[in-house]
Order: sequence, then structure tokens, then C-alpha cells
Amino acid sequence: MVMSDIQEEVVYQRPVSLENTVTHYCPGCTHGTAHRLVAEVLDEMGIREKTIGVASVGCSVFAYNYINTDFVQAPHGRAPAMATGVKRVMPDRFVFTYQGDGDMASIGMGEIVAAAARGENITVIFINNTNYGMTGGQMAPTTLPGQKTTSSPTGRDVEVQGYPVRAVELLSTLDGASYAVRRSLHDPKNIRMAKKAIRTAFEVQARGLGFSVVELLSICPTNWGMTPDQALNWLEQHMIPYYPIGDFKVHEAIANLRF
Amino acid sequence: MARELWKGNNAIAEAAVRAGLQAYFGYPITPQTELLEYLSWRMPELGRAFVQAESELGAVNMVYGAACTGARVMSSSSSPGVSLMMEGLSYLAGTELPAVLVDVMRGGPGLGNIAPAQGDYNQIVHGGGHGDYNMLVLAPSSVQEAVDLTYISFDLAEKYRVVTVVLLDGSIGQMMEPAEMPEMRPVRRLPEEAPEWAVTGAMGRQRRVLSSIYLQPPEEEEANLRILKRWQQVIANEVRCKTYYMEDARFAVVGFGSAGRVALSAVRAARAEGIPVGLVRPITLNPFPEKILQQYAGQVESMLVVEMSAGQMLEDVRRVVQGRVPVELCARLGGIMPLPDEVLDAIRSLARGEATLEGHPRDRWLQRMSLLY
Amino acid sequence: MPPKGRIAVNEMYCKGCELCVNACPQHVIALAADRITAKGYHPAALVKEGCTGCAICSVVCPEAAITVWREAVRRVPA
Repeated sequence: MVMSDIQEEVVYQRPVSLENTVTHYCPGCTHGTAHRLVAEVLDEMGIREKTIGVASVGCSVFAYNYINTDFVQAPHGRAPAMATGVKRVMPDRFVFTYQGDGDMASIGMGEIVAAAARGENITVIFINNTNYGMTGGQMAPTTLPGQKTTSSPTGRDVEVQGYPVRAVELLSTLDGASYAVRRSLHDPKNIRMAKKAIRTAFEVQARGLGFSVVELLSICPTNWGMTPDQALNWLEQHMIPYYPIGDFKVHEAIANLRF
Repeated sequence: MARELWKGNNAIAEAAVRAGLQAYFGYPITPQTELLEYLSWRMPELGRAFVQAESELGAVNMVYGAACTGARVMSSSSSPGVSLMMEGLSYLAGTELPAVLVDVMRGGPGLGNIAPAQGDYNQIVHGGGHGDYNMLVLAPSSVQEAVDLTYISFDLAEKYRVVTVVLLDGSIGQMMEPAEMPEMRPVRRLPEEAPEWAVTGAMGRQRRVLSSIYLQPPEEEEANLRILKRWQQVIANEVRCKTYYMEDARFAVVGFGSAGRVALSAVRAARAEGIPVGLVRPITLNPFPEKILQQYAGQVESMLVVEMSAGQMLEDVRRVVQGRVPVELCARLGGIMPLPDEVLDAIRSLARGEATLEGHPRDRWLQRMSLLY
Repeated sequence: MPPKGRIAVNEMYCKGCELCVNACPQHVIALAADRITAKGYHPAALVKEGCTGCAICSVVCPEAAITVWREAVRRVPA
């Protein structure tokens, strides 16, 4: 005879690797989503106590308040260099940077390219929301052609202001990069894919395979002047055509990892 | 250990290794490059970290990262490269981290040239980065002294949680002299022997954050005061200065590094002529040997500052002496070292009573220099 | 019969962004119009029966404010 017993089980709860702190992010900002995914991955891999984060400058400057690991705070754009310094003296620690598009793809382009070229065994979480959020929505290297920002008020004119940077594609051309992918945070399916990519990036680091970067297409409802829901739609309709979701470099040693 | 012939840059590198250097990050720039080249094989040989960075900006931020773990870490560069490092030096200071920087100065401003100069005095001694901070500045005048100061620079940096700068000009970096190396110290084990503030992964303890951000102005003010209080201890404990023939001196020459060394030759020559002159050679430029100079201001009739910059240290001497005695300037720039004869002439001028409190000594020096060009 | 679930929204974290409201396949989440959080937002809440505990709300929540439970039927040998 078999009896059935109905029990309630927890399907989802806040990860331990996330601090019990209210974020300063605007309602709907996907920085929070990205933080949460990193924290979930650290929990799953059981590496919270072996991880050192490197916060950058921009809205994510306070990432160290929210992700529950040891943290250092880099000057604007220099997180990959600082992460290099940490990793080289503590090679058995997991070291990741968390950088926005202005930080990584503009002022920090030198440091990120050099770190990738060296095959530095660090993980980079790159948030692309097409503008400088912290300073109030100025044009970023990732601002789309025609997109209005507070420093491109009539829309980005590529004849004058140049073209957006597809950063992970660029980094993927370097032999030192073992994992370079783009994901999006605009719907549940893509968020799940993003988490798998972040997990894979940390697995790359665990195996000592070198540089890993995950670009996360994100929204900035406040500076875009939209509701969070409108912003998600805008991301899907305008950003993904310019910044395709995909794997641009995947080291063969982790190509078949499944989580 | 026996005395051996060492090139200045190599000697500094080996002294740092023996002091327990765990990580070096640098970028090639003349006249410092041998230091980087030496460590490029020496550090890996010992299983320690060496990275040739993409730039001085990269190098100083790698130092910043490594310093956060409590490791003994160093970079080296020369004037234009050090300018590029100013951002990171301010952040290191704001985060209260120990680190060592070797600056092998060359001619400037701008790209300048690769000949020896002392034009980094202001950017190192008075801080080229933003905010209120101090770096502990050690100025050797020989290869042996460079070795000895480099060896203690890490202890000083860690004791006071400051950046220590070993400041020398290209001639000391490039010259070969006999020097005796100190004993090899064991390297610090991380994370076991890390200081209590270090970020090493929150293994079985509360997590730590190292940052230079204090968003609330009162917190920022408090942090600044904490840093400055620690610096007061440096001023109280760490002033270093060497004096020569000062006991009965009626005239004093003040010079550091190579300029001090040239000045010593001139002082000896002047003594041979019967001029009662001595030399004050500051070894710490920050903290500046103020009390010693104040004391001599009450003893001598006039002073002469000898430097390889346009009176950068002169202003500190004038500030300390406060007009009690005239202070004159003998300087060469742009990669030219003053000759002992030039300094001797300037000493003779002091002995003739030509030094004056009138006007500014830089004006008179410029007038003399106008005869050359 | 679909599985039964429930959610709890931690109102310390919730900022009323409505991403969970829009993502919920059962349309059982809404902002609570009758109250505001300490930060001044109408918080999200489970307002109807029909939650399956699918956890999609927690996947889209930027604040990790939602805990999700689901009833699981376990067969226990007697």
C-alpha cells in the first residue's frame, strides 16, 4: 500500500550570497537581477567564501553592499587590472569584476582588452544598458544609433559620435578569452539562460581556462523614461537586433557542460 | 654577505625580493626598465607574481588589487609613467593600503628625456593625485642606500598603511656601485598571515570590503582625519636625514639624492678652501626634516639648496626656515646634473656674504642661468 | 489538477516594479493598492487563488524579494 503525503517545499528563496540589504537601484532595474544571478551561482557552486568581487564605478559602484562576498572597489574602468592583482597573489580564489558599459567599454577599454589578451583567469560580468545610469543617462559607447540620451539629445548621430561598441564580440577575438557570450535579462527564459552563462563563466575560472565574460543586456527604465515593462519591450525590439544574443567564444573544455 | 657590484635598478629589485616582495606589476620606461627586466625572471624563479602590465595605469591598479590581499607588492616607473599612476596612488591612499613604488626620475615636463632629474619632487612629495594624502618618500643617494631603503620600505608602508616611494634619479638607477645585499626574508603566507583588514575571501569570517568611498561627508572627513593622524605618527617617528660637516658650519647646503651627492663633493672642496660649510641631505622628503633645518637656521648665516628641478625643494626649505636666514638656489634641469664646480661657486658666493633675504632666490638663479642660454 | 503554490513578497525589498505582475502566467499577482512599503511603493502580492508555484515571478524579480513554495506529493510506503 502506498500513501501519498502532501508537503510544501521551497521552490525559490533569496540566495545566501546576496546580502540582506535593500538595493539603491531604481524599481525594475535589472542590475538587481544580475546581482541575484551571480549570488545564485555562488550559492550553487558553494564558493561564496572563496570569492572576491571587484566593484566598478557607475550604478554598480555599490555592488559590494549587495553581493555577500569579500569585495574591493576599483577606480573607474580599472576593475580588470585590480582583479589581476588580486588573482595573481591568490590564484585559488574566484575573482570577478562587475562592470557597466561606460566603465568597461569606454574608460576601461584598455584594461579589459589587456586582461582578456593575457588570458587572465577572472570572470567579468558586463552590464549593457546603453547609457551612463549613475550620472543621469548620458551617451555610452553602447548607445544605439539614433538613441536619445542626455548628452545626445537629438539622438546618437553616428557621423559625429561614432558607432556603438559590440564589446563581447571584440573580446572574443582574443586568444586569451575562453568564454565570451551575450545574454539578456528581458524575460524569464533569457534570465535562465543568463544564469547558465554566468555559471559557465565561473566554471571556466574553476578550471583555470582563462578569461571569461558574460554581457547582460539590461534596462534602465528611469533614464530611458519608460516603465520597467516598456523598457523590457524596448530592449527586446531595439537592443537585441544590434546586440545579438549568442556565444562568441566557448572553450572546447566547457562546451558540453550542462547545469 | 659580500659586497658585490650592482647596477642601481637591479639592486633595488633584489632588495625588494629579499624584503619579501610577493607581487610586482610594472611597465617598461627608461631609465627604470632594468628593474622590471630583473624581476621578470627573478620573481617567477621564486614562484612569485610578476606581470608586465598594459600601462602604468594598469600596473598601479594591479598593485591596488594585490595590496588589498595584504601581499607585499611593488611597482616601479619613471616620471611620465608615475604621472599616469597618480589616480591609483590616490586610491591606495584613500583605501589606507600599504604598497611600494620606485620612481627613477627623468627629465620633464612632458616626454622630456631619459636623463636624470628630480622634477617629480612636487608630484611625489606634495601629492600629484587628488585629495588629502601623504606618501612616505625615501631618497637614496647611492646604490647601497637604495638597497637599504628599499628593504625597509615595505615595513614602513605596512606599519603606517601608506604608500612608500623610493625616489631616485636616473643616475642612481643606472650607475654601478658595490653594495651588500640584506638577508632573504620569508614571504608572507596568504591568507594565513594576512593583516586583519585584508580581503582574501570570507572563509569562516565576516566578509570585508576595501573601498575609498565614503558617501556621507562626515564619514569622509573622519576617514581623512584617521589617515592624517596616522601620518602624524610618521612625522613623529620616521624623519631621516644625514648631515655632513655641520657641527661648526656657518653655511649649509641642502640637497637630496644625486644632487646631495654632488653637493657633498663641493662641500669637501669648499672645506679645503677653508669655508666652514656643511651639507644637510634629507633622506625622507616626506616627512621633511623640518626640525633639523630649523635648528640649523639658528646656526648658519645662509643656506644653499641644490636640486635637479627648478626650486621645488627650495620652497620647502624656505617654508621651514621662515626667513631667518637667506636661502639661495643652485639648480640644473632637463636631465643635466649640476657639476661640483658650479655648486662650489655658489658656496663661495655664500661665503662672500652675497646671499640675501631680498627678492626671491629663483629670480637670481634664473638671472645666472640666462648667461648659459 | 495543477499543483498548488504560494508566494511571499518581502516588502522590505519590493519596489513595486510590476515585473512579476506582468510575468505571472496565472495572473494572480498584483500590486497591493491598499498599502505602501517603508520606501513608499505599493508592494506586489498574491491576490487570487491559482498560484502553481512555478517561480517565474522570482526569476524576473530584480530584488530577490519573492519566496516561492509548491505543494509536492510524495509517495510514502506505508
